[in-house]
Amino acid sequence: MTLLGFNFARWWAIVAKEFIQMRRDRLTFGMMIGIPCVQLILFGYAINSDPKHLPTAVLSADHSVFSRSLVQALGHSAYFDVVAQAATETEVQRMLAHGEVMFVIHIPEDFERKLLRGERPAVLMEADATDPAATSNALGTLQQIIDRLIDRDLTGPVTTMRGRPGPVELRIHRHYNPEGITQYNIVPGLLGVVLTMTMVIITAVAITRERERGTMENLLSTPARPAEVMLGKIVPYIIVGYLQTSAILLAARFLFQVPFHGSLMLLLAVMFVFIVANLSMGITFSTIARNQLQAMQMSFFFFLPSLLLSGFMFPFRGMPVWAQSIGSVFPLTHFLRIVRGILLKGNSLPDILPHLWPLTAFLVVALTLGIRRYRQTLD
Amino acid sequence: MNPASTSFAIDVANVTKTFGARSVVNQIGLRVGIGEIFGFLGPNGSGKTTFLRILCGLLTPDAGQGQCLGFDIRTQAGEIRRRVGYMTQRFSFYEDLTIEENLDFVARIYQIPGRREAVQRSLERLGLTERRRQLAGVLSGGWKQRLALAACLIHSPQLLLLDEPTAGVDPKARRDFWEEIHTLAAEGLTVLITTHYMDEAERCHRLAYIAYGNLLAQGTVEEVVRQAGLATFEITGPDLPALARQLRALPGVEQVVAFGLALHVSGRHPQRLAEVLAPLIQAPRTLRPIESGLEDVFIGLMSGARDNFQ
Ligand SMILES: Nc1ncnc2c1ncn2[C@@H]1O[C@H](COP(=O)(O)OP(=O)(O)OP(=O)(O)O)[C@@H](O)[C@H]1O
Ligand SMILES: [Mg+2]
Repeated sequence: MTLLGFNFARWWAIVAKEFIQMRRDRLTFGMMIGIPCVQLILFGYAINSDPKHLPTAVLSADHSVFSRSLVQALGHSAYFDVVAQAATETEVQRMLAHGEVMFVIHIPEDFERKLLRGERPAVLMEADATDPAATSNALGTLQQIIDRLIDRDLTGPVTTMRGRPGPVELRIHRHYNPEGITQYNIVPGLLGVVLTMTMVIITAVAITRERERGTMENLLSTPARPAEVMLGKIVPYIIVGYLQTSAILLAARFLFQVPFHGSLMLLLAVMFVFIVANLSMGITFSTIARNQLQAMQMSFFFFLPSLLLSGFMFPFRGMPVWAQSIGSVFPLTHFLRIVRGILLKGNSLPDILPHLWPLTAFLVVALTLGIRRYRQTLD
Repeated sequence: MNPASTSFAIDVANVTKTFGARSVVNQIGLRVGIGEIFGFLGPNGSGKTTFLRILCGLLTPDAGQGQCLGFDIRTQAGEIRRRVGYMTQRFSFYEDLTIEENLDFVARIYQIPGRREAVQRSLERLGLTERRRQLAGVLSGGWKQRLALAACLIHSPQLLLLDEPTAGVDPKARRDFWEEIHTLAAEGLTVLITTHYMDEAERCHRLAYIAYGNLLAQGTVEEVVRQAGLATFEITGPDLPALARQLRALPGVEQVVAFGLALHVSGRHPQRLAEVLAPLIQAPRTLRPIESGLEDVFIGLMSGARDNFQ
């Protein structure tokens, strides 16, 4: 059967061949299943862990007993290690910027006196939230530490303030990353990251490998047409993509307890567009690259900005406009919004449409480019 | 173009292909009749492979025109590919597929009706049935060649382009192979075959000799030998290597080649050559004129041609 020059029998010949080759190439196959597992464990557990003993500086303008016990209490808690007493604001900012400390606690002048008078003095906690998962738990315990301290140390007029919330006003400034990603964000995001990485690489080497092994000369001398070869090479990896998807979703659900608010079917349907978009990108790379090494390098040049500018590593809205514009090109960016939308917010199709069409557009452009670049001759 | 309108399977003229500044195929014109076995000879790097690639549309020529099976080599590569079996010089089937899977792949790509039977037939004909489940990658060189040949015959092409199909194949298999080629040619299949073996060249109906991109001779074996106009003497006797060195310096001697226990000395002018040689050959050495062989002619052609690489 032939449609617009596309012959299904020839296409199927390529598909069948690719399947056999994939089955024989145990190493690559193992890697495709292995990589997601390793990444899942690395990213999933490493990021979700609950870091303690974070370096903290104190900038205190009050030298009262209560201030001192507050600093002591901080140091005794598992989360904070008081490593420096700062004297000036500039010093504090430098420490934060250089990553010497992750927190700075500001204790205002006359803190104890104001507290005793019930004036609700403000304690400012500045946090380096570059890696928000690292700071959020620590910040969460801060209020408790202060409350417990007040309970224990303060008697007299202040006791009447117990029970009423907040004898101390706690202000938190998150620096560098105002958005704050929760751990639920990461595992669904990983789905996109893993697929971007493996899908692009695997097809990027697909055609360069034929060229390197000399089988291209043979393939070209047959009547197989570019679209048949390309789509034939893509199909088996769609299935691999879905295998990876299943592994990650299962882990998300049972290892990381990520909520599934939206429709799983909708997610799987969107996955198709996303997987094929990445496979097409890889195929296009492989028509440009002269050898497998170049193909790998191209894949990494694609993967890195995807990772950095998509909103997986850093909050998308925290990036400058130009970076956002670049980020908007990558399928991962749109996919992250879709997968988080579906899983965490329970989005339905109309909600995700604004992100689905850029994904589809990317697919069409990448595939067209690949098919047009595929040379039917050796020169 | 209508395939029926021509009696030539290959009819090209002025075909030129340059890589960078080098013309690797230089204004080659060739006509190969239907059912003909045409040998294509020439030293390494002379452009044989390049020429075959042009014929089946894998390379676009920089100049020249012509048809292959009645289809234009520039514009109708698709039609040509469907009807041509091209066996590449380097093994180009999938090493991680078994013999049977490779044949099956080819059969699918060409949409052979009754695919399974066609694959079985082709396995049997080449004596590969027992080895069908072997990975192509583990086959010995000779078996790889046989597999490649089986694969490019599977879609019953009208034209076979074979690039050194018997390199590394044992004598028995080579003879079987040539039997097969002659049988197929008798059925109307045209074969263009490159080789470096003289005995194979002599089995071709006609041949062409190409050196560094230029077509130097063309015709039947007799024609090629006659065109070369080479006179050859055979010298036997003791201490031939020293004599050979001496002879090469003489005027009128174009080549001196050791053949077993004899020397073949060739030159363009029989008279002059005889005069120059006679005084040097005394008993127990013997001197006698012989027919120039194809090999003498080719070596002569080769040393006459200059590699345009230098
Ligand atoms: N793609 C290419 N780019 C540049 N040069 C090439 C290319 N393909 C072939 N050549 C050059 O063209 C010349 C002819 O090569 P070709 O393979 O046609 O020779 P050949 O007659 O088949 O040699 P052999 O008997 O060794 O197989 C060689 O010098 C080769 O280096
Ligand atoms: Mg060659």
